[in-house]
Amino acid sequence: MKILVAVKRVIDYNVKVRVKADRTDVDLANVKMALNPFCEIAVEEAVRLKEQGVASEILVVSIGSKPCEEQLRTALALGADRALRVDTDVLPDALSVARVLAKVAETEQPDLILLGKQSIDSDNNQTGQMLAALLDRPQATFASEVKIDGDQLQVTREVDGGLQTLNLKMPAVVTTDLRLNEPRYASLPNIMKAKKKPLEVKTPADLGVSISSQIKLISVEPPAERSAGIKVGSVAELVEKLRNEAKVIA
Amino acid sequence: MSILILAEHDNQTLKPVTLNVLAAAGEIGGDITLLVAGHGCQAVAEQAAQAAGVSRVLLADAPAYAHQLAENVSKLLLNLADDYEHILAAATTTGKNILPRVAALLGVNTLTDVLGVESPKRFKRAIYAGNAIATVEIDEPKVVMTIRGTAFDPVAATGHNASITQLDQVYESDDVSFRHEALAASDRPELTAARIVVSGGRGLGNGENFDLLYQMADKLGAAVGASRAAVDAGYVPNDMQVGQTGKMVAPELYIAVGISGAIQHLAGMKDSKVIVAINKDEEAPIFQVADYGLVADLFDAVPELQASL
Repeated sequence: MKILVAVKRVIDYNVKVRVKADRTDVDLANVKMALNPFCEIAVEEAVRLKEQGVASEILVVSIGSKPCEEQLRTALALGADRALRVDTDVLPDALSVARVLAKVAETEQPDLILLGKQSIDSDNNQTGQMLAALLDRPQATFASEVKIDGDQLQVTREVDGGLQTLNLKMPAVVTTDLRLNEPRYASLPNIMKAKKKPLEVKTPADLGVSISSQIKLISVEPPAERSAGIKVGSVAELVEKLRNEAKVIA
Repeated sequence: MSILILAEHDNQTLKPVTLNVLAAAGEIGGDITLLVAGHGCQAVAEQAAQAAGVSRVLLADAPAYAHQLAENVSKLLLNLADDYEHILAAATTTGKNILPRVAALLGVNTLTDVLGVESPKRFKRAIYAGNAIATVEIDEPKVVMTIRGTAFDPVAATGHNASITQLDQVYESDDVSFRHEALAASDRPELTAARIVVSGGRGLGNGENFDLLYQMADKLGAAVGASRAAVDAGYVPNDMQVGQTGKMVAPELYIAVGISGAIQHLAGMKDSKVIVAINKDEEAPIFQVADYGLVADLFDAVPELQASL
């Protein structure tokens, strides 16, 4: 069984994001970048399936300019077998990303495609769903458990009311939620080994896809700041304030 | 202009968040059609017909739609899409699952989790876990988007009487089937619609101690939420998580108990009108957003607070 994992290079989740002074975007100059946490969970799940003997090959794909090879190397160090970077300087919209991945899937014919449910920069939560639609294959988003039985996939999803379990026929697309697994740290020997694993570069033209961006960023502003209120000295004072000042309880 | 909204429901009742989506649609402007796709959901269609601003209700009632599987509902929406310029749903796990699939079938992009309407093509949405608010303009023939309910005040649930039209198209994929679900049964209000939310964090120490919060919540008529730390520690189930990757809430009163205030959590609750924080660590970041902070041991403060309500 072959698994395709799509990953994205994003701002490290520990970095405090700041809006540029001219409000055109957030400031990403000299900011630490990392593998998107949800993508990392997707890679980890693929590696676990390989370790269980269920999967035989893991291909990891990213779309972007040269620096995103760092994140592909990270995924290789975690246990992916080979990597593909689709080279572009344009910031693609989600539909373009899904179209690129669909082309890769047509060539590679994976049985399972794993993606993070969203990236922590644009917070879109849509690429997996779009990819599944373009391939006309079933989807299980927000996965917290993935089991494989023959050509059937049993996925438990985190939904608003609790948990929902679906059966999907492979090939299928699964997007990962936080509690699917806890990704490992890459060991030093594996980081060294990852440098020798194959990393191929293709252009969107090679795949017959054009990359566009139909969503124009007009401006970015910092969220309305909440200023700290007051400290109360006792429960009695708190109740008094809530009743008479804030008037939110009877 | 015409707007199609996918109604949020559980086959029995229309979820209140649909009223917030209707408010967003009202800001875009245009004739509004509400689609109720489900099974045995006639009652939902009747409730939907009463909501303010709805011109007509489309009812697709079939077993294939019982669990709102994206594969089936997206094809239904695709089939209806010709007549509409905007297709909306709530940014719930259902809406987020289905709408991007519809958009891709239509060959357009999606705007997710929209929290402001500037014009029919220009919207505001949060990026970087709510650390920045982007104004974006979408250049697509159809605008497909999910709406953050708490960002819009709901329209009236009753007083209207729209027509209900039955749809007979049934789309059913052979590649996916519903197996089972474990949904939390609770008499408390839903987290995203509650007027008061009481949330607990790692400070509670274990799942049993959440009883303290349940008791207080029942006295206040409040919903109970949790931080990601409390969910990850296994104290409470995932559907209680408030934050960037959990639920977005904006109640009139939010009481954070034993929650330090990680940025992921703040992203999910900082639009609450009044925030109360109870924490024994006076350096906890939650105090920087709290209107009223009480530095105290929650195991003393919560029972005392409950007794005085």
